[in-house]
Amino acid sequence: MALNSVSLALTGSGGAGVMTSGQVLVDAAAKAGWYGLMARSLGPQIRGGESAALLRLSPEPVQSMDDCYDLMLAVDWGNIERFASEIPLTSKSIIVTDPAQGEVPEIMRRNNPIIVEIPLKEIAKSVEGGRINMVALGLVAKVIGLPEDYCIEVLSKALAKKGPEALEKSIAGMRAGAEYADKLTGVPTLDAPRTDHGERWSITGNEATGLGALRGGVRFVAAYPITPATEVLEYMAPNLPKLGGALVQAEDELASINMAIGGSFGGVPSLTATSGPGLALMTESIGLSVASETPVVIINVQRGGPSTGIPTKSEQVDLNIAINGLHGDAPHLVTAPTSIADSLFTAQWTVYLSEAMQAPAIVLTDQAMGQARAIIDKPADLAFVGQRRKPELVSGAVEDGYQRYAVTNDGVSPMAIPGMKGGEYTADGLEHSPRGTPSTQAQHHQEQLDKRERKLKTFDYGDHWADIEGDGEIAIITWGSVTEQVREAIDRIAETKGLTVKLIALRLLSPALPEKMTEALKGVKKALIVEQSHSKQYTLMLKAHYDLPPVYDTLHRPGPLAIRPHEIVTALDALVAKS
Amino acid sequence: MNIQTPAPQALTFADYKSDLKPVWCPGCGDFSVLSAITKALATLQLPREDVALVSGIGCSSRIPAYTSVYGFHSVHGRALPVATGLKSARPDLTVLVAGGDGDGFSIGGNHFLHACRRNVDLTYIVMDNSVYGMTKGQASPTTEGDWTGSKLTPEGPGVAEFQPLEIALSAGANYIARGFSGKPNELTKLICDAVEHPGFSLIHVLSPCVTFRPEQREYKTMVHDGFGGAAFDEGTPDRREAFRRLMDDDGYSCGVLFKGNTPAFKPQTDAPRTIEEIQGDFIL
Ligand SMILES: Cc1ncc(C[n+]2csc(CCOP(=O)(O)OP(=O)(O)O)c2C)c(N)n1
Ligand code: SF4
Repeated sequence: MALNSVSLALTGSGGAGVMTSGQVLVDAAAKAGWYGLMARSLGPQIRGGESAALLRLSPEPVQSMDDCYDLMLAVDWGNIERFASEIPLTSKSIIVTDPAQGEVPEIMRRNNPIIVEIPLKEIAKSVEGGRINMVALGLVAKVIGLPEDYCIEVLSKALAKKGPEALEKSIAGMRAGAEYADKLTGVPTLDAPRTDHGERWSITGNEATGLGALRGGVRFVAAYPITPATEVLEYMAPNLPKLGGALVQAEDELASINMAIGGSFGGVPSLTATSGPGLALMTESIGLSVASETPVVIINVQRGGPSTGIPTKSEQVDLNIAINGLHGDAPHLVTAPTSIADSLFTAQWTVYLSEAMQAPAIVLTDQAMGQARAIIDKPADLAFVGQRRKPELVSGAVEDGYQRYAVTNDGVSPMAIPGMKGGEYTADGLEHSPRGTPSTQAQHHQEQLDKRERKLKTFDYGDHWADIEGDGEIAIITWGSVTEQVREAIDRIAETKGLTVKLIALRLLSPALPEKMTEALKGVKKALIVEQSHSKQYTLMLKAHYDLPPVYDTLHRPGPLAIRPHEIVTALDALVAKS
Repeated sequence: MNIQTPAPQALTFADYKSDLKPVWCPGCGDFSVLSAITKALATLQLPREDVALVSGIGCSSRIPAYTSVYGFHSVHGRALPVATGLKSARPDLTVLVAGGDGDGFSIGGNHFLHACRRNVDLTYIVMDNSVYGMTKGQASPTTEGDWTGSKLTPEGPGVAEFQPLEIALSAGANYIARGFSGKPNELTKLICDAVEHPGFSLIHVLSPCVTFRPEQREYKTMVHDGFGGAAFDEGTPDRREAFRRLMDDDGYSCGVLFKGNTPAFKPQTDAPRTIEEIQGDFIL
């Protein structure tokens, strides 16, 4: 069955409060038992300016945006051209506009949406202390069939500090708006929510990433602020001390990666978070983590690049630097979550991997999933907690002859932690002997290179290396936040064309596991690769490491516009037609 | 008088040395700095497993592996961040940082500023030879502007020298001293003093590079005790006075310059909670 959902865009200039309306709508919808997703689109200015709250609500779990919006409510039209392209409309879409704000701009009328004039400002004025965003909230809630009580419940919590009067004014505004709901017909209605559901969470991708890292055992963080990664840090900063950990704001990314490596050398699972420009600065020391075998986790929330690029918009373009950006032969881990909810799983799993293998791990999330909020089912408790292999103590000390970089079968050498008597060693970025003594000997270099490669290649990653769903002779191979749109496209194809398509979304991007991919591609005759990169970074990576089916296409383009499910359906149609 | 006799199992300075033979040129000042560090650790009787010595890259930065405490020989310029992370995550450890003038004041210059003002409890020993020893003799930030000894700057670097002590004082270091590798016993005292003083301590050590700056062998005739007329160990807690003493410094004054009272930086701590309680924030 096609996903029953409604997509809403609330826009207005700064101060109009559309973000608040959006937030109340998702939270109230969640209280009512629906699922939801809310993304924000902000203009380039630091504060204020125009903004858009982009919502999708459904009785079923939703973690990606639909093809177009059912309802767009514009409080005003200031600078709409800046994000008009992010709000695709059709001839069935409805625009609610206030006649006091002038004509609907040409750019929004291109696909002939239905235009309904409602005097939002005047309605707000008619109520004492009435605000336009509350009028909008009441109107939209009524139109989509969201009972008023849920909105009031959310508002009373949000306005608790402002007192009962503020709440009353908001309710009056909402009710005044709701009276105009009859003027809007044709907005999809949502099926009744399930009432017997279990615990639900409201969480952003960046929060989920931070929580996953905490659950994996991270107790030290050092970082330098950067959009769109800062919220990972803002989430972790107040929570780390509660768990006995600490966060240090570093002077730059060169410092933050090295502080994290220092913390980890001290035996405390450590992390830093950044975005492309910061990751570029960190690469030398990620190599230090490889060579000294000091685990560290780097969360990289991708944004449009290169250089400062488009800091507030999403792109999947740090794959190359994450996998290939280090100097020397430097095997390390690169992972990526496949949805907002999965950010928790992937971050936790990655901490576990990094600690188990004493290797740096880069987690590639992106702006689209990092900064969006979703209503999700309570995530499962996971057993993945970072555990480092340490030397055994015999009567309180490490036994004589301890070798920090001992050559072992699985490539992991027991790591002494400061405080362990007898385990004293010097961690080194210089190539070294098993004991850790700097060495230029060919044999030592070969042995240590082999060991560092072996520990990653022979590790048992279980089924978590990829999300593999469904079956069929056609597969879509994708990664990252785009996976959710692919999932939706696959469902639509199954429903409209009766065609089953297999999904392969890699969670482990490095090291490559060719045997697992061959297994996953068994029986697959054609593949569509979907990625948000101008230069096809993912496709080229796949080609370099895996045997792809003889016929394959790539749907790829840069940000800032999200790849929509219908584009994937169209690309798949073209692939099917290919012989 | 109560004379303390060391317990029989007391560690000697030799116990803090590793069995590795340093790569340094015979006569390099860094040998004596290594001795002074091990003597200081023996004086303080710090358990080896509870001490970490962190460095960057350079001849001087090779020092951790020559000791028997935990060590981290990191990358060029980043010793201070590695040490800051280690001390923040493990406040129970004694963390020393060591390296050269290029490592600390050039490529690591920004970290030096911020380590001073962050005031984490670290002891930073800079072996200053006014040259890049490891890369074979280029000008460093503390090289005289008219030094023509490098092919890279045949006319001399033409830039005024970086003033480590002035910068450290301005930036907020809590303990500032200068030592000379040729006087290892005095240097030992400074290191003990700095380790025991809370917050960020800088010990600027004149440590000759006999290979690329052979004229530095003359340091021994140029060094003298005390800043601005004060005695060797007479550091002032007063910044104004410390600046005054620095204005009279010829670059060869040795001893304690400044002993501040700023409390050391400690990351925030909070009442304990469990992961389950923290997750509760997301429940609808
Ligand atoms: C990123 C980077 N750039 C350059 C180098 C080369 N390099 C190694 S040591 C060094 C300078 C060392 O000078 P200093 O810190 O004064 O130490 P010294 O050798 O004199 O003790 C340089 C430039 C490097 N290792 N890494
Ligand atoms: S080159 Fe200079 S600094 Fe390096 S070991 Fe030799 S004397 Fe010491």
